[in-house]
Amino acid sequence: MSKRVAIVGIGYSGFRATSGDLSYREMIFEAATKCYEDAGGIHPQSIDSFVASSEDFMEGISIADEYVPDQLGAVLKPVQSIGGDSLQGLASALMQIKTGQQDVVAASAFSKVSNLSNYEHVVAYATDPAYIRPLHENPYFIAGLEMNRYLYETGTTREQCAQVVVKNKYNALNNPHAVYGAKISIEDITGAAPLSEPLGVFDVSGHIDGSIVLLLASEDKARELTDQPIWIKGIGWATDTPNLDSRTDGLGKAIYAALAGQKAYQMAGISAPFNEIDFAEIDDTFSYKELQHIEALKLCGPGEAGELLALGSFNPGGDFPVNVSGGSLGAGCLHEANGLQRVLETVLQLRGEAGTRQLAGVETGLAFAWRGIPTATGSAIILSSRL
Amino acid sequence: MRKVAMVGAGMTKFVRRALETPKELSYEAAKIALDSSGLSLDDLDCVAHGTAPDAFDGIHQNGEYMVDGSGGWNKPTMRVYVGGGTGVHAIVHGWHHVASGLFDTCLVVCEEKMSSAMPHAQGFFLTIFDSITERALEPNLLWIFALEMNRYMERYGYTKEDMALAAVNNKTNGLNHPASQFSDQVTVDDVINSEMLAYPVSRLDVSPVSDGAAAVLLAAEPVARRLTDKPVWIEGVGWSLDTAYWATRDLSYPRYLDQAARMAYEMAGIREPAKQIDIAEPYDPFDYKALHHMEGLQLSPRGRTVELLRDGHFAKDGNLPMCPSGGLLGVGNPISAAGTMKVCELFWQLRGEADQRQVPGNPRLGVAQAWGDLMQVSSVVVAGI
Repeated sequence: MSKRVAIVGIGYSGFRATSGDLSYREMIFEAATKCYEDAGGIHPQSIDSFVASSEDFMEGISIADEYVPDQLGAVLKPVQSIGGDSLQGLASALMQIKTGQQDVVAASAFSKVSNLSNYEHVVAYATDPAYIRPLHENPYFIAGLEMNRYLYETGTTREQCAQVVVKNKYNALNNPHAVYGAKISIEDITGAAPLSEPLGVFDVSGHIDGSIVLLLASEDKARELTDQPIWIKGIGWATDTPNLDSRTDGLGKAIYAALAGQKAYQMAGISAPFNEIDFAEIDDTFSYKELQHIEALKLCGPGEAGELLALGSFNPGGDFPVNVSGGSLGAGCLHEANGLQRVLETVLQLRGEAGTRQLAGVETGLAFAWRGIPTATGSAIILSSRL
Repeated sequence: MRKVAMVGAGMTKFVRRALETPKELSYEAAKIALDSSGLSLDDLDCVAHGTAPDAFDGIHQNGEYMVDGSGGWNKPTMRVYVGGGTGVHAIVHGWHHVASGLFDTCLVVCEEKMSSAMPHAQGFFLTIFDSITERALEPNLLWIFALEMNRYMERYGYTKEDMALAAVNNKTNGLNHPASQFSDQVTVDDVINSEMLAYPVSRLDVSPVSDGAAAVLLAAEPVARRLTDKPVWIEGVGWSLDTAYWATRDLSYPRYLDQAARMAYEMAGIREPAKQIDIAEPYDPFDYKALHHMEGLQLSPRGRTVELLRDGHFAKDGNLPMCPSGGLLGVGNPISAAGTMKVCELFWQLRGEADQRQVPGNPRLGVAQAWGDLMQVSSVVVAGI
């Protein structure tokens, strides 16, 4: 493989349920400024290219790409937007460096979901306009169907899904940037109102605003800019069909996660992920998704994630900590910015900068992001503090 | 740098109102591009999408929706957008996939269905403006491009007749394009006398509203050589985005394109683009833009472009044919697909497969460009045989 690439700067802003005091552009400006400062005070003029990730409907702007350059210091620079999860945006930044045309590329993402008065209405526009949208169902029904099928196929229990929520909300209490931290019980979750059976209201992550900017650099540049480069060892992304009726292997499996993980592991030379990776930040937009994704990413066999969770394997002190940050359930869901938030958390852990939630002796981490209903797109990345 | 070639291209007809869904349009273009190369879908590594903006198709997360049609099912797919520049930029995006070494083949598929918009696609452009400072004025694209056209004409003393010459040049070329949505020969008088939309923009100064899709297959050198004995190499790519504050820029010269073109020429090792490049596909949603962009592409000296156009320099049999495809004015403008159509044209022209549109003299080097956002971004691809 061509050039080696590292994450050399991180910056973030927000991570709050609302942010009435800041526009999204001001939030990105704050994150970008912190990121450039973190990367040895690099001037944006020295950055070769910029990648933003966003979707128009979430922002109420057609062609949101227009409003990317100014707050990043990217005016009259190569800038593009990826209509996808920000981990895909990061993949684009990585590819740009690997072509050899660029050396330093910034990836940015944000969520200003508090501006949205009806999130479900926007999501409904992502469903098939001929077959699904005319049903006028709340799109969360898709998650209910998926969860039901996943429980049926794997024998995972409703309580095990609830335990994901308990774990992640508890973990979030140690994360100063997490807004949905809580000590709650399995009964609190299973007894709560159903949203789309068996999915209950506490099985769904709450929304937050926030912005993340990361700086990537080729090996030579990385060593100039930081003493603590975090190397990108592998990356992968894949899409199953968004059509509910024709998903590969039905609604119970996350084929996209399996394919994305496979590609990332292959690139990183990893054959036994559970043993070779120390911890992971894995999409948990819905409680069952964490377990489904853990299995699809081959961190355990099909139907085993629930039991391992019950045994404490995925706790911060367990064999394979998952979502020590609190994940989306505990820290909040940033939509297309979720991917960069998970990478950010992984980098903080690998740098030893995760404060009271710092894991001991971690060297290699996995981050996985999913684009949310109704999509079947996921992206995985392997990061390491060791080259 | 890893060498990447175009090895297949395909497009649908550009029409005012397609009966096909966006997904089906994507399928048609993707299938023609794959079939023309001989590569099977199973052997394809990844798909790069381009659509812009989602509002046209009326679908949130449009890249996801396209997957079934474009061949991306269970493959890595990623959608890129830079507004109107998306069609050419998607080729740059696809080039990233292959040149990075992560993939050996990448199918670039761009699609736009503008007829879904009722009563007119212009309505969606109301939401591209700054929600506080501009949207309240209810501007649309014709409105701001009229400002730019006026500024360009004012700067060099050009007339509406001068601008109409570009429309006639492109629309005449387009008559030979089998995917064109036009069939009438248009004269300078027709353009000048067409309905005034926003001074100085008349109806025939503007490309139409269209539905359509276009696709290009990219492959790394060893794969490309195996698939075809006429690979068309991606020699250079460049792109640049200017500030969103368009009202404080001098609109007479596209400096973002200046930057993008220089970036692409540097990669391609081109020092004298006006001499070295054989064919140009500048982005021409409006007639004045073709000329504006020829200047930004460093293919024509600022302020002398109309003179060169009148001298036949940019005609099909001139020194530097401009928009031999017919461009957006002559073929149609399904936004992102229109940009990709320009790259398809380079593919066919450089391989000598452009039939009645073929420019004489065995062209060896071509440039395609698209432009978008708030008159703010350009992407440039240089291709050579």
